[in-house]
Amino acid sequence: MNKIKKFSIYLIALAITVLLSACSGGANNSNSSSNDGYTLSISGSTSVGPLAEKLAEQYEQKEEINIEINQIGSSAGITNSINGVSEIGMSSRDLKEEEVASGLTETIIAYDGIVVVTHPSNKVDDLTIDEVKQIFTGKVTNWQELGGDDLEIVVVSREDGSGSRDAFQEIVGYSSGELIKNSIIASGNGNIKNTVATNKHAVGFISFEYVDDSVQPIKINGVEATPENVLNQTYGLSRPFLFVYKDENLSEEGQGFIDFILSSDGQQIVAEAGIIPLK
Amino acid sequence: MSDSPIEKSNKRKYFLEKLSGRFFLFCALISVISLALIIGFVFFKGLTPFVADGYSFVDFIFGNDWVPSEDKFGVFPMIVASLYATIGSLIIGVPIGLFTAVFLAEIAPKPIAKILSPSVQLLAGIPSVLFGVFGLAVIVPFLQNNLGLPKGQSLIAVIIVLAIMMLPTIVTVSETAIRAVPKSYREGSLALGVSEIGTIFKVVIPAAKSGIMAAIVLSMGRAIGETMAVILVAGNSLIIPTSLTDSVRPLTTNIALEMGYAAGTHQEMLFATGIVLFSFILILNFVLAKISAKGGQ
Amino acid sequence: MNKIKDHLLRGILWFSSLLTIVILVTIIGYIFVKGYKLINFDFIFGDYSPTGGGGIWPMVVTTIYTIVISLLIATPIGIFAAVYLQEYAKQGRLVRIIRFATESLTGIPSIIYGLFGAVFFVATLNFGMSIIAASLTLTIIILPVVIRTTEEALKTVPQSYREGSLALGTTKLQTLLKVILPSAVPGILSGIILSMGRIIGESAAIFLTAGTVAALPEGIFSSARTLTVHSYLVTQESGDIELASAIGIVLIVIILVLNLTATYISKKLNKAD
Repeated sequence: MNKIKKFSIYLIALAITVLLSACSGGANNSNSSSNDGYTLSISGSTSVGPLAEKLAEQYEQKEEINIEINQIGSSAGITNSINGVSEIGMSSRDLKEEEVASGLTETIIAYDGIVVVTHPSNKVDDLTIDEVKQIFTGKVTNWQELGGDDLEIVVVSREDGSGSRDAFQEIVGYSSGELIKNSIIASGNGNIKNTVATNKHAVGFISFEYVDDSVQPIKINGVEATPENVLNQTYGLSRPFLFVYKDENLSEEGQGFIDFILSSDGQQIVAEAGIIPLK
Repeated sequence: MSDSPIEKSNKRKYFLEKLSGRFFLFCALISVISLALIIGFVFFKGLTPFVADGYSFVDFIFGNDWVPSEDKFGVFPMIVASLYATIGSLIIGVPIGLFTAVFLAEIAPKPIAKILSPSVQLLAGIPSVLFGVFGLAVIVPFLQNNLGLPKGQSLIAVIIVLAIMMLPTIVTVSETAIRAVPKSYREGSLALGVSEIGTIFKVVIPAAKSGIMAAIVLSMGRAIGETMAVILVAGNSLIIPTSLTDSVRPLTTNIALEMGYAAGTHQEMLFATGIVLFSFILILNFVLAKISAKGGQ
Repeated sequence: MNKIKDHLLRGILWFSSLLTIVILVTIIGYIFVKGYKLINFDFIFGDYSPTGGGGIWPMVVTTIYTIVISLLIATPIGIFAAVYLQEYAKQGRLVRIIRFATESLTGIPSIIYGLFGAVFFVATLNFGMSIIAASLTLTIIILPVVIRTTEEALKTVPQSYREGSLALGTTKLQTLLKVILPSAVPGILSGIILSMGRIIGESAAIFLTAGTVAALPEGIFSSARTLTVHSYLVTQESGDIELASAIGIVLIVIILVLNLTATYISKKLNKAD
């Protein structure tokens, strides 16, 4: 009995030391890697999120500030900024009337294009907006009807409440209720890209910055999805990236971050991220 | 008048005794308080739309359309998906798990059982997310490429992932139940000239019935409540599945998928989805309690 | 005829067991094969970069935070609750209610705990999405485990210890603190270790209460991401199976070590009796 007791006490002691040292190690580490300054809380769109992370990374090197970014979707981010949970909300869709009415100010930080993407092996590479609508509402269900191979179309959409989905549906012209019922619902741009990249039946829509070789971008009415074409308004599927906040909640530090984003340095980062700068 | 030192110390002792007893009772009551809070908050949030905002509970349970942005909240497809997925995974997982348990308890050579039983037990602790990762990386592409399905995210993928996930639980719990069957049962049957296998299937398994049932109910609870592993392979489509290859959205994934995006009534409806899930679990717990009460007799 | 049936059934038993083993070995093997190349010192102790690359240290720290905080709260409460049930309570309605509540807590799916944590700790108590909100939610999840294992441990303490101690004129409380609890330590310890495994494996409840910020937590009120949630998000967001598997290896190794330790302790305990 005594032996076990001793053994257990040793074990407890060991466990506590390990945990404590690990924790204090973690705490030290966190002190050295980030500054003791102001913590700016931002939450919202998973489309704006990666850009905001990049901007924050640069800004944190210049200023004594910690920027905490939670990617939880446009609607939730807007709600958070209304009730003060976050200082700034990120949105990838325009504000709804009741959201504007609650006293939010919006600042456009960049423009983004939405790209319809398919598996790289898909022969279809050009669609009209109307064809896109027919695909997403289930009127067209086989790639053959659009000049492709005889394959069933698998639609991949974002979840209800996603800013990308709202913006996409508004431009293409269908409502959530019209979306084909057996579409795969993926949470986040990365998830859609990944689902489309591994399925030769699939079609989905993602933000510009997520496009890479694993998926094939589709031309809309013959116009390629490029930043130039968004800016000269020939490419139709575009939307603003917004920072939203209540004026009375916005701190000096928050305003500083927004100023940085709108500066030429900030817009340079926007352009490097593959998103469309304001000018 | 003043108390003697001994009386004083006795009084202190008595007071400490009483105080500590009270304190321990309070600690024990925390689980009751927690349960009450959980039920209270989840039900309060989830029932608000029906009580305060005039939504119909019947439409909620039997409605086929879930379009939060258009104020349509029907969870019937998800209830069906949850039930199909749970039953399907039991059909695959229970026989395999039970037979494995029988093998480990009755047939396997001792050294093999001594290594295998604890190993299977250890596997029960693996985070369920990893089963989902495996499902997305291996099972989904396999269904797509080898069975020619347009999409691998499907009811059958969910069923397979859940069946695999529940194996360690079924094996471990049923093995314990089978080992608990008294030796005399087996000896009696063997003495009557029944073969070893016959004894196992006609005497041992029936004798361990309540333990095996508990294993099944336990894994049912795990299957119906599993979330993150399921999200990755379900496809999350809002249809009532008519075949194993349809993509589905069980109750749990509906909550996890939309919780981050939801506010107002939409969020309350996700709590209502939680209530439906909760009711299934309560029924299961009730069944489990009945079974273990029977086993105790 | 019967012989054929016997052989057939025996075959099915062998086949099922083989299948179980093959499936489980395949999954573990797959995760190890996919992920082992990424495992090195920098992977585990390197800071994470949201823009790609980097290590998992912030998630390791977050995981340790959640473990320490929830155990600090759940362990004393759980032990004292078990003491009440085993040493103090008279069988009756109250004890039945407490036991029913504890058992019911075990059966609640973690997504429901997540909902509760989100409405109670995050919103009502206004902790925000944070480590503390997740840890308090986890406290309730592991409470039944701590209570049950402590009760089992207390049951194995021989009645003679109690009688002997009381006969020497000590009070019930003194007996408890000096005699009963110390001899139950190994059992309690194995319960704590099992709870650590449960915390590490948890995903849905933490996902809804701690958020997904992939940075070193500033403190317990920071939103953060545990290892298991990270492995889910990596799979879901970027489809990076190798990274998810590498995190999986870390998780599996930790849990195996914890469980083996728990088994070892309870074996020692049984031998001593």
